Formats: sequence, structure tokens, C-alpha cells
Amino acid sequence: MSEERETMEYDVVVVGAGPAGLAFAIRMKQLSADTSVCVIEKGSTIGAQILSGAVIEPQPLDALLPGWRQAPPPICVAANHDEFWLYTKKGGIRLPTPPGMKNHGNFIVSLGAMCAWLAPQAEALGVDVFPGFAAADTIYNADGSVAGVRIGDMGVAKNGTHKAGYTQGIDIKAKVTVLAEGARGSLTKALVKRYKLDEGHDPQAYSIGIKELWQLPDDGRVQPGKIVHSVGWPADTHIYGGSFLYHLDQNRIALGYVSGLDYADTQYVPWEAFQQWKHHPHVKPLLEGGSIISAGARAIATGGWQSLPTCEMPGAILIGDGAGLLNVPKIKGTHQAIRSAMLAAEHLLASGFKAEGYDAKLRASDAMAELKQVRNIKPGFKKGLWFGLANAAWETVTVGHSPWTWKNKPDWSSLKKLDNDEQPKRDYVERDLPPRDRLAGVYHAATEHDEDQPIHLHVLNTDICVTQCAAEYDNPCTRFCPANVYEMVDDDNGGKRLQVNAANCVHCKLCDIKDPYENIVWTTPEGGAGPNYQNL
Amino acid sequence: MKILVGYKRVVDFNVRIQVKPDGTGVVTDGVKLSANPFDDIALEEALRLREKGVATEVVIAAIGPADLTAHLRNGLAMGADRAIHVVTADAVQPLTAARTLLKLVEKEQPGLVILGKQAIDDDANQTGQMLAALWDRPQATFASKLDVAGDKATVTREVDAGLETIEIDLPAVVTADLRLNEPRFIKLPDIMKAKKKPIDTIEFATLGVENGDHLKVTHYAAPAKRSKGVMVKDAAELVAALKQKGLL
Repeated sequence: MSEERETMEYDVVVVGAGPAGLAFAIRMKQLSADTSVCVIEKGSTIGAQILSGAVIEPQPLDALLPGWRQAPPPICVAANHDEFWLYTKKGGIRLPTPPGMKNHGNFIVSLGAMCAWLAPQAEALGVDVFPGFAAADTIYNADGSVAGVRIGDMGVAKNGTHKAGYTQGIDIKAKVTVLAEGARGSLTKALVKRYKLDEGHDPQAYSIGIKELWQLPDDGRVQPGKIVHSVGWPADTHIYGGSFLYHLDQNRIALGYVSGLDYADTQYVPWEAFQQWKHHPHVKPLLEGGSIISAGARAIATGGWQSLPTCEMPGAILIGDGAGLLNVPKIKGTHQAIRSAMLAAEHLLASGFKAEGYDAKLRASDAMAELKQVRNIKPGFKKGLWFGLANAAWETVTVGHSPWTWKNKPDWSSLKKLDNDEQPKRDYVERDLPPRDRLAGVYHAATEHDEDQPIHLHVLNTDICVTQCAAEYDNPCTRFCPANVYEMVDDDNGGKRLQVNAANCVHCKLCDIKDPYENIVWTTPEGGAGPNYQNL
Repeated sequence: MKILVGYKRVVDFNVRIQVKPDGTGVVTDGVKLSANPFDDIALEEALRLREKGVATEVVIAAIGPADLTAHLRNGLAMGADRAIHVVTADAVQPLTAARTLLKLVEKEQPGLVILGKQAIDDDANQTGQMLAALWDRPQATFASKLDVAGDKATVTREVDAGLETIEIDLPAVVTADLRLNEPRFIKLPDIMKAKKKPIDTIEFATLGVENGDHLKVTHYAAPAKRSKGVMVKDAAELVAALKQKGLL
């Protein structure tokens, strides 16, 4: 590419209009109205690709926007009742609610709606927010520091040729690039590798959250503010799995299921576990007669304290869940996202837009103290549910003062090969609640990709799929993808080949994390493509 | 020549439409709204005519609530020179929309008005035709090709029997069909330029438009859910099942 690209210049370019990116932009402009800030978002509109529970701790939001309670986001229900259950197939035991899941003073929100509420506030302060534009690549200065981002080209055909409306993506140059892509961001992943940001830290660990928003009949079954979490069935004791069920206003319920991506069983289908859980006798009666408003999936970073990479590099920093600041026992990350965002803005102003020093400040912050305290809880579940719960109780009582820190391993390495895999007997039920299958579920994500564009899921070596992976793991991609993107189909020569239905992709990033050969690389499709979530 | 383009905001075509539980309308809270796709095509055609030197100015117009500004900025970022926003909190029906556009036409004196053939929310397909009648000027609806030369336009229309090419005198109303063109992608620098382009706001009430909303909406309902299918073993069972349902 020798032709000159169009360029725009800002003091700061932020990648990702989630809670971290928008909070950063707001804080920056609050402190320095003269600083030019833009936020690039690949979703077609702000909030369209945001998916979270979400119960939020409001204190960081209070600090960012002191008057927010007078004009709260459109979905914002005060939490008023917590339950924590250990489910069996036919019932369960109510356990004492762990401290991290006590939500008095917290709020149930739609994080998508909250971001759509934050964006105009950022714009009112002078931030340029650009939804529908994907930061496809990072650009560099001659000295090797990050110079900004390159927006993806629009109008490229599947075979790489330029279509009639081809529009070259521009470069956005900035003194500092703030990566707020959420878990497993495609640019963040490349930068972690390039600058060896993971050196000296455990690899990041992830979980996958699958969520639906339901509209239910007006018969009193929805109790706004009620929060129910569960562990146990349908997960066997070797899988880190748990559910959330949040009662919203207007007879709506948000529900979802989180599976640790360190699972070993290649036959495990996270989406199916979620659907099974919906048929638990405590859940199913709530949903019967209702309809799904929206549905989707998103990976979350659950490696915690020991997996936090170095969050600065020349010319760029990481914030929010893109850094990996989610608190697993609380299953909350929004407050951490806002905290790190505010800290980053304050640091950059103090340092004259130099990244250096941010990582140390972050590690000395409340956000990291909070993570340190709970660092051993999630890894404890590697030894099974019972050990995990006992260990969680220990870590809670000792407030994280154990002299040890348990290690995280990369999720892609945790699958067991078929030979030595004792097939667990899943105690599953016949399902009759919608959606029938993953394709029917994808419908509710309203995901849209122009079919005539290069496939944004790069499978580096498709031979592995038919040979090694088929024999060793029975092609787990055909099961782990919540959107059924990957299928093994007959080729024309009596064999099999991998078919990638990229248009179904909901941008959850699971495949990029879990593929046992690290053979799948998630890249950004055309700007504006992907899911169009409604209030997730 | 000036071109006036109708630029309506609708629920985005990707959104799964949900009827409000009380049946008074469809859910628009938290729902992505964007330009009516046929209006984007209309605007693209106007921009191409300007790029060819046929038109000198492209003006977009929308009727709707105060928060339409971002929507109009998108049209300006695509390339329109300026925008007119007729502000009203109420949704207007086609006759009212046509009467409102006529007021704008009288004010702006465009040589050509291009509208989408219909909006994808109510799918009425009436506003263009009504505007041409009220204005007493020619109309060319469902256009898939448009050539302008002097004070005449040659328009290829998509009709039931195939394609029909007609010549009309300008000024006239043309409504855009799907195949007229493929709208361009918006470029980031153009979004910045659009922030400086003018948007005239006019209160609907000040235009003196006679209300043409004669349709009364009683209620909205989602289509009935399809009942579960039945698997039959063979043709005989199929015939029996169809007979039982009284279909044979």
C-alpha cells in the first residue's frame, strides 16, 4: 500500500465505546477541555455490541458523574434481594450469599443501554464518538511506539477485490492510544504479543457469558431488584459454571450462564449448558409464556490479579476488561472499568500523554487491591466445585491473605484429548423453551455481516481441522461457538472440510481463546457489522 | 439545480421488531434507529447528480422529534449540503408528510425531489405520489435508473411487467427503488465536516400544514406464532393428516 492514506489527528484515540472507553473520554474532557479525544466503536451504534449482566457498583460512577442518580440510564433498578443457590437437577439448596454477591446499594442495569446513555454525555463534553468504524490495525511510529489505529477498509469483496463502493479506512494518529476493547480485544492481543506485556504474569484466563433478555407476562412473577445466582446443575463438578438471573422493570428479566473456558471436556457446549439451566424447576416457570427480546454472548477476562498484563507500552495503555480487571467472585467489571479509565485519564494528563508510569499506578490502586484479595477464588474451582466453594470460603474469611497465589494456565491448553477423556455423563433434560438451537438463538442477536466481505475469522491452517483436530478433539469449534459459526461439512471428495459461517458471529471471541491449536484468529469485520443487541 | 431529498428516520432494518406489551406500538426505546434505506438510495442518487455537475445543491429534509439531529448529521456526512428539520413529536402519516414537503418545496424551489419509494416502518408507499399530485408536477416512481438532461429526466421504473422507461419534465418527483444505486460508506473526516454544515429547524406548527392523518391505529399485534409441525411417515399419512385438517 503505497498510496497516501487520509489521516486525522487527536491527542488521544480510544478503541471501544464500552464503559471503560467512554468513562475515560468523559474524565479526560472533564479535566482538560482542550484535549482532543475520539472514541472508535466497531458496533453499528453505541451499546449494540455490549453484553453484560449487569449489576454494577455505583461508587466509581458517582465519582465520574456525581449527578447521575438524578438522570439515570434507561434501565436502572436498585438491587433489593440476593439469593445464592446450589442447584441440583430437581431442586437445590440456598447457600449463604457470598460477600461479593451481596448487592445492597448496587444497581441492575443494561450495560448496553448505559453505554448509549454515557456516549451523548461524552459528546456534550466535546468527545468525537464514532460508532460503525472498526479499528482494524495499530500503526507505529519510527521509534516503534504506537502511533494510533487504522480504520478497516469498507467495500472489500470476499475474494479481496474492491467493490464499487470501496472506501479506504483512514489512519487516526494520537499522542496516546487507549485500548478499551473488552476481553480479548484483537488489537490488544497483538500488542500484548508485540511488547511482551504478558511476560512475568500468568496468561489471561477467560470465561464465556451467554445471555438472554426476556419479556414476561404482567402477572407479578417479575420482582424488580431481585438477584439470583446459582452454581451446580447443569454443570458437573469439574466445570466452573454459574448462572445469573436479574429481575428488571417492565416485566423483563435478564438471565445468563457463565462457563469457565478452562473446561477440559471437548464435548462441552456452553450454549447448551445455558439452555439446560433455563429448564431448572426454579427458572423454567418464570420464563414460560414469555418471549426473548435479545440474546448474545461475550467472553470475559477472569484471570484476575495474577493474569493482569503490563498495562502500558510506548504510546498506548490498556484499561477495563481489555486489561483484565474484572472481579470474578463479584462477577462485576464495570466499576473496575470506570476506575481504571479515570486513573488512566488522570495519569495521562499528569504525564503529558506518556504511557510510562500508568501500570505502576494501576497496580497500586484500589482496583488492583480488590483483585488481589480474591485472586485465589476462581483458580480454586480448577479442583472441582466442592474444593472451589470451600476454598472460596477460606479466601473470603482470610480476606485473601493466604501466602500463596495460584497460577492460571492458558484456556486453549486445557482441553483433554479424546483418547484419555472419560466422557462425563451430562444429566441433561429435554428442552422446550426457545430458542430451539444455536441458529435460532443467533436470530435474537440480530447479527449482520455483509456476506460479500473477507471472512473475519482467520483459520490459520484448515488442514489441522480435518486431520489432527478431528482425531484429537473431535473439532470442538463446532460445539463451543455460541453462534454455530463453525461446521464440519462434506467436501466434494468424500472427506470433510471446515465451513466458517462468519456472518453469524456475535464477536464473543471464544474461538480465538479456546481453540486447542490457537488456530483461529478473530479480526474485525467491516465497521458496523456484528450483533445489534437490544438492552443487553 | 437544487435537489430536495426526503430523509426519514426509521427503526433499523436489522432490529427484530417487538410489539409493546400493551399493543400501542412497537418498541423504540433502546432500539437502533437509522435512515430509511430507500432514502439513503435517494440521497446517493442526488449526490451523484451533483458530482456529475447536474445538481448544484443537495438538501435533505426530515420530519420528526427534536433528537433527529444525529440522523441528519449522518445524511450531511454522506455529502448533503444542508438539512431541514421539521420538528414535531408526533409521527405523521403520508398525506401530512406530503403536505409538509410541499411547503418545503414552495420555499426551496428545487428542480428535482427524490424520495425513497417507501419507508420501511409503515411501508405506506404514498408520500411521493401525493407530493407530486399536490405540487401538480410529474412523478416517476420506483426508479432504478435516472438520467437528467436539461429540463427533462429519463427514468427507468421497476414495474410489474419488467422495466418501463419514461421521460418527464422537471421539476418532478422521483422515488427511489432498491436497484437505483448502492449508497456510499461514510468516511470519518466527512463526519467532522458534517458538524459544520447547517441544519435549519422549523416548528411543524408554524408551517400551517393541514393535518392529513385520517388513519386511526387501533392496536398492534405480533403475527401469531406458528404451531409445531407434525412429522408424517409416508404419503398416505400426509393425505390423512391433510384431510383431517379439511385441506383436501
